Amino acid sequence: MGSSAHEIQGHLKKYYMVFGALLVLTGVTVAVAEFHVSIGMAIVVALFVASIKGTLVACYFMHLMEEKSMLIWILALCALFFLMLLLVPMFTIGEQDAGLMERMRGLSPN
Amino acid sequence: MSATVIPYDVKPHPLTGMYNGKFGIWLFLASEIMLFGALFSTYVLLRVGAPEGTWPIAGSPTTRGDNILQVPLAALNTAFLITSSVTMVLAWANLKMGSFKKGQQFLLVTVLLAGAFLVVKYFEYNSKLHHYAVTFNEHFDRDGVESKSFKGLTQAGTEKTIHYLWGHVEETKKDADGAIQSYLFMPDHDTSHGGEGHEPKAVEIHPAEIARMTTFGPGGSSFLGCYFVITGLHGLHIVGGIVVMLWFLLTGSKMWKTQPDKYANRIECTGLYWHFVDLVWIFLFPVLYLL
Amino acid sequence: MSDHSHELPFWKKYIFSVDHKVIGIQYTVTALLFLAFGFGLMLVMRYQLAYPNQPLPGVFASVLSEPVVGEVTVNEATGETGKVLTGDGYNAFGAMHGTIMVFLAIVPLAVGGFGNFVLPLQCGAPDMAFPRLNMASYWTYLCGGILMLFGFFVKGGAANSGWTSYPPLSLIATTGQTIWLLGMVILITSSLLGSVNFIVTAVQLRVQGLSFFRLPFFVWAQLVTSFLLLLAFPPLEAAGLLQLMDRVAGTSFFDPGGLIISGVERNSAGGGSPLLWQHLFWFLAHPEVYVLILPGLGIIAEVIANNTRKPLWGYKSLVYSAIFLGFMSFIVWAHHMYLTGMGTTLSTFFQATTMIISVPSVIILTCLVISLWGARIRFNTPMLFALSFLPMFAIGGLTGLPLGLTASDIHLHDTYYVIGHFHYVVAPGTIFAMFAGVYYWYPKASGRMMNEWLGRIHWFGSFVFINAVFMPFFFLGMAGVLRRQFDQTETLHGAAVQGLTVMATWGAIGLALAQIPFVINFFWSMFAGQRVGANPWKATTLEWTAPSPPPHGNFDAVPVVARGPYEYSVPGESEDFSMQATA
Ligand code: HEM
Ligand SMILES: [Cu+2]
Repeated sequence: MGSSAHEIQGHLKKYYMVFGALLVLTGVTVAVAEFHVSIGMAIVVALFVASIKGTLVACYFMHLMEEKSMLIWILALCALFFLMLLLVPMFTIGEQDAGLMERMRGLSPN
Repeated sequence: MSATVIPYDVKPHPLTGMYNGKFGIWLFLASEIMLFGALFSTYVLLRVGAPEGTWPIAGSPTTRGDNILQVPLAALNTAFLITSSVTMVLAWANLKMGSFKKGQQFLLVTVLLAGAFLVVKYFEYNSKLHHYAVTFNEHFDRDGVESKSFKGLTQAGTEKTIHYLWGHVEETKKDADGAIQSYLFMPDHDTSHGGEGHEPKAVEIHPAEIARMTTFGPGGSSFLGCYFVITGLHGLHIVGGIVVMLWFLLTGSKMWKTQPDKYANRIECTGLYWHFVDLVWIFLFPVLYLL
Repeated sequence: MSDHSHELPFWKKYIFSVDHKVIGIQYTVTALLFLAFGFGLMLVMRYQLAYPNQPLPGVFASVLSEPVVGEVTVNEATGETGKVLTGDGYNAFGAMHGTIMVFLAIVPLAVGGFGNFVLPLQCGAPDMAFPRLNMASYWTYLCGGILMLFGFFVKGGAANSGWTSYPPLSLIATTGQTIWLLGMVILITSSLLGSVNFIVTAVQLRVQGLSFFRLPFFVWAQLVTSFLLLLAFPPLEAAGLLQLMDRVAGTSFFDPGGLIISGVERNSAGGGSPLLWQHLFWFLAHPEVYVLILPGLGIIAEVIANNTRKPLWGYKSLVYSAIFLGFMSFIVWAHHMYLTGMGTTLSTFFQATTMIISVPSVIILTCLVISLWGARIRFNTPMLFALSFLPMFAIGGLTGLPLGLTASDIHLHDTYYVIGHFHYVVAPGTIFAMFAGVYYWYPKASGRMMNEWLGRIHWFGSFVFINAVFMPFFFLGMAGVLRRQFDQTETLHGAAVQGLTVMATWGAIGLALAQIPFVINFFWSMFAGQRVGANPWKATTLEWTAPSPPPHGNFDAVPVVARGPYEYSVPGESEDFSMQATA
């Protein structure tokens, strides 16, 4: 459980490193956005970077890496349901409306 | 307080590896994921379904949120929250290492950073609520100020030309009965007739010419609705976090003296919540501001 | 564990109590009151349906006022007037009936009431994992409920867009809708507090020896239910928030724009999606139907095992089915939306998942039925309710299949057939299970038995009349009568089957009368019921080890569990039941 005083002393360095990484990655997100790449690219990059940041926070600050599998399963379930909730409404509307794909292409800047 | 002793109140349960409070807070966070998840999918759905040219607001040249939002402020806020996450985890670590004073100091820094976040947010909200978008019934041209226009699609798929101006209301003129006669409207620099380098000038607009006039508040567009609801709910979470942390700052020493482990656990749970709030923002920032 | 409860002042012991048993009883009583109230609303509506536009009988006429009822002249000659239910009143009553029954009566009764009282006891725990959170959950629920009722007194009356609150209708509805949304947000918060507590309790507070597969099925049912509440409710909370914003802050999440109301275009930016609401709503509301039924199944399992004096048949299949059911319930929701213009790919997906989810339900029912095989059944009141639950739930379940397939749903959607289907699940289904539970655990809660004969009269009357109410609904629906209809005689096909509607109304009146023995029994037994010891039913699970009623802290000594939950008639044992706790 990595929570004796001695072990925590060892964690401190890790916390600072994660902190640094998070700041750098924030910089990366903003910088990439400044290049005004195509929208598809921007979404991929931004969400990828955000996911890395989120994973860092969850794994190190929230100690998810040290937790037992039961919690991980619960969170995985939650993630699955979230995906369903995200995708199904989009598909239903997409199916209703053949113009959707058209408009998704229309999302690219100008 | 009561005679009953609840098992695994402080010690971790062998199966889950968590004491009750920690398991409880994680379950709560799972439900929070679904809460923000639903809002996030609302955002995606509305964005994908938005008629062309109406995202983030009718007339923006691209679909990116930074057409109407200020990225520097949000980046600053991101930095605040990330830092506050670190100070939060340091608060817990110090308590675990037996140093109450340092722990509380880090907790205080966390509160201050959270407060700073809210202050920045206040300025952001405020500027939106005083910025107007006016859609005209037809092309508008007075005193050298001309409306901009773009061809959009309605949801039914028909083409529609939209004439609009963005800017600030300098003055609202009313008649004796309080009915609005006209607005003195100062168009934004980039949309004014004069273009770059010219001083924009105010122009009079009459209610009869206006199809719709809104602030860049929640009612301004679907995007702004999403922006205000999601960041508003996130802001409420920040406020909640501040209240809890202040509570522990004020009352912590009492519990620390009798049950230091339990107190460290409470801070750990607060921390889990706080990191989650940070995590939500980590996603909100690019999604709302940069895409 | 010493009993300190005597030192607590009255208000701490019974009002702001943190004891899960007191909270459970508070939930039960409050929910039963809401149940009666929701039923009362329906009685008024039933009267209108059977005797359209005729003055309401005295009791109702005297308590109802504008805008729910309107004055009409009954007799031209004498100038005598009466009060009839208005269309607006009907809509408000219908929406509030649904809302109150689902969110304020059944869920709080099944989860808040029975779950709170029984679950910690069956886990051998001294209390819930978070007693104060538990108290907060009850009071939040009560506040939400009172706020909901307050809707009746605002201008325009209570919410009147159905319990589903579909936009855009709900966006332009009267103030009552705003109250409804606020009430829902509060109720959902209460559910969340409760479900976190339940899960932690069931996982972490099981006593030594009580492995997961030694948990009574009731605990499993509550555990799955709690997960449903935990993960399915937040999207509705989000949706409620969004609709609230649409109504009060001028946003347009569910407003596509261009809505013309009384000749004026609604001022909004447009761009919203009414279907989005339906997705978010049914993402909750399908799991919600399992929230309504699973605790009921849990109760029925306990009662059947106890009164057949045999182990439940297929305990593990029951558990696995319940878990699978819980999981699947998250991916069937769009079967409520076949008629929204959904394409064939998705509707095929949802038809398939809907057929799949019926399998575990059937397994559960089959296990319970087979458990009866070859048993020397004790026909006491809880068992009578449990036995009648089985065919009622079967009718409710089987009539759902045609609704899950688009070909038949196109015809049945939004007719009384749907109303018949889900009422068979929740009324003679869940409510019967709740009654079984009340009779079964009453001696544990009060230390006294309920009267057996009053119980049987109650059961018999309820069983006969509840079928008289709901069976006609199937035929009405297949005859094409629409739900949420104020007066079916205005259509030819409706007028032709008006007789069935009259029958259902008289069934409902009979059902109301059949509850009188229950009410008498409930209060009378508190003072005059036969006193009993810890285990009057000769049951096996842990709650029967604790004294009746259990003191604060529950058990005299922390129990240790040595065997599974339903070890009845174990060969070689001196008694026909072997309790889970080692003595
Ligand atoms: C036991 C006595 C009950 C009777 C006589 C009864 C009767 C009815 C009737 C006739 C309707 C249709 C109203 C209409 O479409 O105009 C209805 C609707 C409904 N009932 Fe019940 N009901 C009872 C119990 C329950 C229970 C226990 C529940 C709990 C889940 C419930 C939930 C609903 C819901 C959700 C609706 C739909 C409301 C709407 O259309 O928005 N009812 N009920
Ligand atoms: Cu369903």
